[in-house]
Amino acid sequence: MFRWMVRRDLILAWRRRADVLSTVFFFVIVVSLFPLSIGPETQLLRSIAPGVVWVAALLASMLSLGRLFANDYQDGTLEQMLLTPQPLYLIVLAKVLASWLVAGVPLALIAPVLGVQFGLSQDTLLILTVSLMLGTPVLSLIGSIGAALTLGLRGGGVLIAILVLPLYIPVLVFGAGAVDASIIGVSPQANLSLLGAVLAIALVFSPWATSAALRISLE
Amino acid sequence: MLQAENLECVRGDRRLFSNLNFVLRPGEFLQLTGPNGSGKTSLLRMICGLLAPSRGEIRWEGANIHSLREEYSTVISYLGHRTAIKDELSGLENLRVSSALDGTEIRDTAARDILRTMGLGGRELLPVRLLSEGQKRRVALARLAVCNTRLWLLDEVLSSLDLTAVALVLSLIEDHLGNGGMAVVSTHQEINLSAGSFQRLELAS
Repeated sequence: MFRWMVRRDLILAWRRRADVLSTVFFFVIVVSLFPLSIGPETQLLRSIAPGVVWVAALLASMLSLGRLFANDYQDGTLEQMLLTPQPLYLIVLAKVLASWLVAGVPLALIAPVLGVQFGLSQDTLLILTVSLMLGTPVLSLIGSIGAALTLGLRGGGVLIAILVLPLYIPVLVFGAGAVDASIIGVSPQANLSLLGAVLAIALVFSPWATSAALRISLE
Repeated sequence: MLQAENLECVRGDRRLFSNLNFVLRPGEFLQLTGPNGSGKTSLLRMICGLLAPSRGEIRWEGANIHSLREEYSTVISYLGHRTAIKDELSGLENLRVSSALDGTEIRDTAARDILRTMGLGGRELLPVRLLSEGQKRRVALARLAVCNTRLWLLDEVLSSLDLTAVALVLSLIEDHLGNGGMAVVSTHQEINLSAGSFQRLELAS
């Protein structure tokens, strides 16, 4: 069942590729605007790079949140998911996994290419990718709580941002911190470990919170 | 056996119905009728467990359905106004995904056979958005031929179906009742079943 859910969401994402591509393009464009507007000051660019890339990744992952449950809600699939004998926890986890594969992984993979514009070294680019690989699933997991809570509300998009952005702060701090550490030549391990810890916590608790929120939204 | 006792439904500040009682035994069919907005869908959603009754309780084999949780989900199939059909997926994919969600995975060939009996032969691989409204509903109804649940809850399933499709659905329901299943169906159409015993519940506005 888990496999079927992930597969279904991936097929759906493929048939609506424009949605997915817009997220990636948004990320690419926002990150590229900074070097263009600031000019070729290597030192300055290098010091703002971690923050810029991470904030852009945060905003890009917000873009895809509205779609996470909205389509399934409108056509009644979500009701059916609540009525299946399968635990809702697993269904939520499958949906979040699929949305991360579609919206999070491309960001992490394309980030090193964008990092070159900021004059980052090879090691730092690697750390950037690793930190995004650890951090973006947390963004998807926490975001799913917000998406479930704002389901079916008018102006839900803005409300998601207000609900979810404060919860993203730890991820932003540790993620950008890891890249920062690697730029100034300190070991990024502490920050990456903390990021991994946040991921572990989010993995356990957020599908549970999302399930509860979905039940309330569908009443 | 499904039992409803003293059910009351309040939506907003309107009381849709109160003091509603019925008992449904294996092989029995319950038709819900009543004007628009009389609470047919709300009642069906209550029987599913999606909506908590504001008073009273619903029992399955003597136990409150909210205490049964996932165990109760293995017993029911609900088909609502919103058919849970994905426009981007083909009929075949829709059927296989929805049966996988129900916990009964079926093979590609079995799914094709069922779609053919539902009158969708040759259109199994078309994205559902290219099908007509009635054909979409046939795709949704194909799920009933796969599931082996005992209680069917169908909300206005006969709307936008042609005569052959209505006959097809009724024969599915008759088979289901014949095997000791139960069905609660909300519809305005006259229903004549050759199997099972028939009850009608009229909700007043």
